[in-house]
Amino acid sequence: MRTAVYIIAVISLLTACKFNSSKKALPILGERHAVTKTVNGQAVTDTVYSTIPAFKFVNQYGDTITDKGLNNKIYVADFFFTTCPTICPVMHRNMLPVYNEFKNTADFRIISHTIDPAHDSVPVLKKYADKLDVTGNTWWFLQGKKDDTYHISKSYLVSVQEMNPKGQYIHDGYLILIDKQKRIRGTYEGTDAAEVTKMIADIKILEAEPDQVNAK
Amino acid sequence: MKIRIVIAILSVLGVLIASCQNEQSLEFKRYYTSGSLVYQSHCQNCHGVQGEGLKGLIPPLTDSIFMRSNLSRLPCIIKNGLKGQIDVNHRSFEGEMAKIDLNPMELAQVITYINNSFGNQLGQTGYEEVIANLAKCK
Repeated sequence: MRTAVYIIAVISLLTACKFNSSKKALPILGERHAVTKTVNGQAVTDTVYSTIPAFKFVNQYGDTITDKGLNNKIYVADFFFTTCPTICPVMHRNMLPVYNEFKNTADFRIISHTIDPAHDSVPVLKKYADKLDVTGNTWWFLQGKKDDTYHISKSYLVSVQEMNPKGQYIHDGYLILIDKQKRIRGTYEGTDAAEVTKMIADIKILEAEPDQVNAK
Repeated sequence: MKIRIVIAILSVLGVLIASCQNEQSLEFKRYYTSGSLVYQSHCQNCHGVQGEGLKGLIPPLTDSIFMRSNLSRLPCIIKNGLKGQIDVNHRSFEGEMAKIDLNPMELAQVITYINNSFGNQLGQTGYEEVIANLAKCK
């Protein structure tokens, strides 16, 4: 009798887990504020989440890439430089499975910003991409004015700062997951292969969210 | 009687030889274990957990022929860095490897580790050997 009770308890626990996982959605990170609007004479309060602001950089092909080029794309952003001997090789070694998993997904991008534009010119970035066997337009290596890169990094790393209020985030190897509405949906330690594996799973969850499927 | 003496002498010799070998393999194991720690903290980020390198950017450490033919240069390469083109595993690499500030014992340990991992079986590199090869660095 007692065994039967245990078995039932275990089965119900397992089904509870299953039930939860089917409704999974990623959190929305970053700052938020409430906006009250009047719709049809009634006050409606809405939460507005912080989004990635406008930007303009150049990719490894010499093409100008702005925020508009990432409209309705799910993308991952990181910061690196080609001569970095420490964490960057690990980050981009770990990024290769992400690239291979999604390189045929039309609405997915990876953007890697160089923080050393003086050295990392367009040809240097192209060579770097070639050596990583990265082709096509799934993974862009972006360069621009140093100030612009540092400025945009603050928008991406705002949620990293919330979780870890110390240190040099740009150089901590974070990968930031952005949705089609340019909201921050996840941050991952790019030097940790397990976290990157989790990011791949999270991207698939994000792709299936109604907000992303219906984005136009 | 004679046979007993011969057997006794032989067994004593056998024990001596065996303990000698043990001493050698113990030293090898010490070098290898310490070398793996040096590798983790100074080499692994770029060359990878399996010595696989990174595509066309960073050469792998799995090319035993390269390792064997550059054996005497390895301490200098690690200590002074490397610049210019090299061919490893039928792929050519350029770019630059940074200097790694290791002492001769750490160099001997890490070279022993690399040369006996990732499919390499090149035996131990000793401390004196490293000292002698460092003296020949260009």
